[in-house]
Amino acid sequence: MASDRLLAVLSCQEVILIALSVNAKRVMVDVDPSTPLLWVLRDNLGLTGTKYGCGMAQCGACTVHIDGQAVRSCVAPVSRAAGRQVTTIEGLSPDLSDPLQRAWIEIDVPQCGYCQSGQIMSAAVLLREKPIPSDDDIDQALAGNICRCGTYCRIRRAVHRAAELARGSK
Amino acid sequence: MTDLHPLNRREFLKVGVAAGGGMLVGIYLPQLNSSETVSRTEVFQPNAFLRIGTDDMITVILGKSEMGTGIYTSLPMIVADELDADWQHIRVEAAPVDEVYFHPTFHIQMTGGSSSVTSEWERLRKAGATARAMLIAAAAKNWDVDPKACGTQTGYVVHEPSNRRVSYGALAEAAATTPLPADVPLKDPNNFTIIGRGTHRLDTAAKTNGSALFGIDAKAPGMLTALIARPRVFGAKIIRVNDARSRKITGVKAVVPVQSGIAVVADGFWAAKLGRDALEIEWDEGPNATVSTAAIREQYARLSTPGKVARRDGDPAHALQTAATKITAEYEVPYLAHATMEPLNCLVDLGADRCDIWTGTQFQSLDHAAAVRLTGLHPNQVHVHTTMLGGGFGRRGSPTSEFVVEAVEVAKAVHAPVKVVWTREDDIRGGWYRPMAYDRISAGLDASGNPVAWDHTIVSQGVLEGTIFAPDGNDGSSVEGAVEMPYAIPNVLVSLHATKLGVPVLWWRSVGNSHTAFVVESFIDELAHASGKDPYQFRRALLAKKPRHLAVLELAAEKAHWGAPLPKGQGRGIALHFSFDTYVAEVAEVSVSEPDTIRVHRVVAAVDCGRVVNPDGVVAQTEGGIIFGLSAALKSEITLDRGRVQQSNFHDYQVLRINEAPQIEVYIVPSTEHPMGVGEPPVPPIAPAVANAVFAATGKRVRKSPIRMNQAV
Repeated sequence: MASDRLLAVLSCQEVILIALSVNAKRVMVDVDPSTPLLWVLRDNLGLTGTKYGCGMAQCGACTVHIDGQAVRSCVAPVSRAAGRQVTTIEGLSPDLSDPLQRAWIEIDVPQCGYCQSGQIMSAAVLLREKPIPSDDDIDQALAGNICRCGTYCRIRRAVHRAAELARGSK
Repeated sequence: MTDLHPLNRREFLKVGVAAGGGMLVGIYLPQLNSSETVSRTEVFQPNAFLRIGTDDMITVILGKSEMGTGIYTSLPMIVADELDADWQHIRVEAAPVDEVYFHPTFHIQMTGGSSSVTSEWERLRKAGATARAMLIAAAAKNWDVDPKACGTQTGYVVHEPSNRRVSYGALAEAAATTPLPADVPLKDPNNFTIIGRGTHRLDTAAKTNGSALFGIDAKAPGMLTALIARPRVFGAKIIRVNDARSRKITGVKAVVPVQSGIAVVADGFWAAKLGRDALEIEWDEGPNATVSTAAIREQYARLSTPGKVARRDGDPAHALQTAATKITAEYEVPYLAHATMEPLNCLVDLGADRCDIWTGTQFQSLDHAAAVRLTGLHPNQVHVHTTMLGGGFGRRGSPTSEFVVEAVEVAKAVHAPVKVVWTREDDIRGGWYRPMAYDRISAGLDASGNPVAWDHTIVSQGVLEGTIFAPDGNDGSSVEGAVEMPYAIPNVLVSLHATKLGVPVLWWRSVGNSHTAFVVESFIDELAHASGKDPYQFRRALLAKKPRHLAVLELAAEKAHWGAPLPKGQGRGIALHFSFDTYVAEVAEVSVSEPDTIRVHRVVAAVDCGRVVNPDGVVAQTEGGIIFGLSAALKSEITLDRGRVQQSNFHDYQVLRINEAPQIEVYIVPSTEHPMGVGEPPVPPIAPAVANAVFAATGKRVRKSPIRMNQAV
């Protein structure tokens, strides 16, 4: 992995190209390696489903996966994603078929909706690690994701429902 | 922008048929670039609120903003019901700025005051019913039958005698040539098929795959991003700027002064942020450099003698003097930021003869007018595109349109499309807060413990002064909810000291009620305990002539099992508040553990908001309002020292998180009264319900929010 990562950051005089895989697509970006992944996704790659909320890993709106782990992309330099697999909300499913998305729709979780990409991406990691989560598991896994509209009760219900759907679809 | 009231106009129909859908819309919705949204199939537009396409799709056009409250679902439900449309064929489009969409009471295009369903109810019903009548007329003419013999059935006009039916889409072209009927009867509410039925939101799918477009997501070709360096002290002026280091940062394109500060314009957010961080600015901090919360509190406490009378019943002074028992308390609430999850932003694409603005706003027509003034363009050349709003809570209804004005200023300076984005720090420190307030309140009880006098003095800044919402200069925002104190007390005085400070204040979800409910409903609880009575029964006895108040109170108490025993260290508190013509009672169950941990386990709410359009929407707004109110009740506080806001981001301006969220149960009182708002009314009762529950659990009264045990008396 270490050598992959070294290869992924190619420095050629002043141009630095960083190679990463975003939603299973290889992309090269020409940015300062210290630029937060969030702004590379949003401004360079046009993937605006990942949101800016605080810029200091306090609200979770920018949550994406790097090699399957939940990461706050607002504080993760893009160099950290070099040579790795990045998944954003746009890459969770092509057709709203992910159990989390199905549950979110069934329960009508979102209000303004701004935080929901981050909520869903955090919940996805939880469900992979704990396919049958308790309320406490959900609370712990999502405590870093703020929702100002106050959809927390529905998020809990929807994560349980997604767990059911995931079991049913297996 | 001028005389455009399609419901009263017939000529557009002829034009529409002759020219096709796109042209038609271009004519009477002049703010819209028709090619962007209107498809060629959308040939029938009976009024400004809907279009019907030959593909059966029905586009409902709303002059309102979806900030999360669900009106992009509940308002189309109103149209669809009267139209007898197939709900699966309904979609929503944000309207351009046009007088036809102005708020019937406030005469601007806006979303706020929990008023959308209330204010749109009548005209959206008419819009749907008129379209239905025209579709029936078109079908009847086609079939050469009496329109009265025709009916509709979920997207079809039917003629039962001949067993014929035709879809709305197939009728769209013919309906467009049908004369506009004068006075179409509305449905008997008993026949509603969509209104009142739990309906899934139309925007959920787009909000679960990242495709919903918020202002911060808007793009234009060649777009630049700007961040603005703003003063740390409100009203501070720039003396000197050194931008040499900023301009050297890769990606920074320009540094330009605007009214709100110094804008750093770059090819993306991150370069703009680095550029802003590198600015060196010398400020003249001005008169607000000494403002501090401690000094404001001292000043407010001194002022809390009777002020300008807002309500007087009987002779409160005499009644207080002669009461058997007199109780006095002081309450305090802090400044609060709205902290919408999506920070403010605005994209402006300004050309020589056209200005396009994409933003999540609650005040479209004020923003439009501000942009017209700044650009010098004709009103028809300025186009406001309303995106989804990542939370509003009042913050996106700016009386000065400041987040639009500054973006237009930057766009004028750089000659490129530019999006100004606020950072979270800009947001938390940017002012326009729920006002701080200090209340002194006294009551007198007679020998049997019945309240005979009530004297409530409020010291606070008003939020309406100088805005269109106080045209007569009468700003009732600081006393709303206190004036409406519902309990049967014969002698009542509510008075106000309106203060003026250099801290900008604004309406914050539920406005004055967010403060007055905490005081009134905590203090009535104090009186119940002082008279040795159960707080629920004490309230009931004083609400005998207020049936709707009483009904929600009793429903909440019953569902919460009021009076059932709780484990030691736990307590139950009740509160009731009427705001925006809606009645809400809430019961909170809390536990208090050492040294200062208040945990809210369960909240039961009862709501009477008149006729309900989307029951699940009312439940969602009540759940959300309770969580929003709990953030204020338990966590959030803006304080100032040496003119500087001491908080900056979610680590020190804390809001409720999921691991702190209670279970919530919501019960709706069935009603056939006019539908009223529900976006704000669930917020006010929760803080006093929690404070009252804390007292029940510990015997300690906390009269300051956020509620912390170290503030208990």
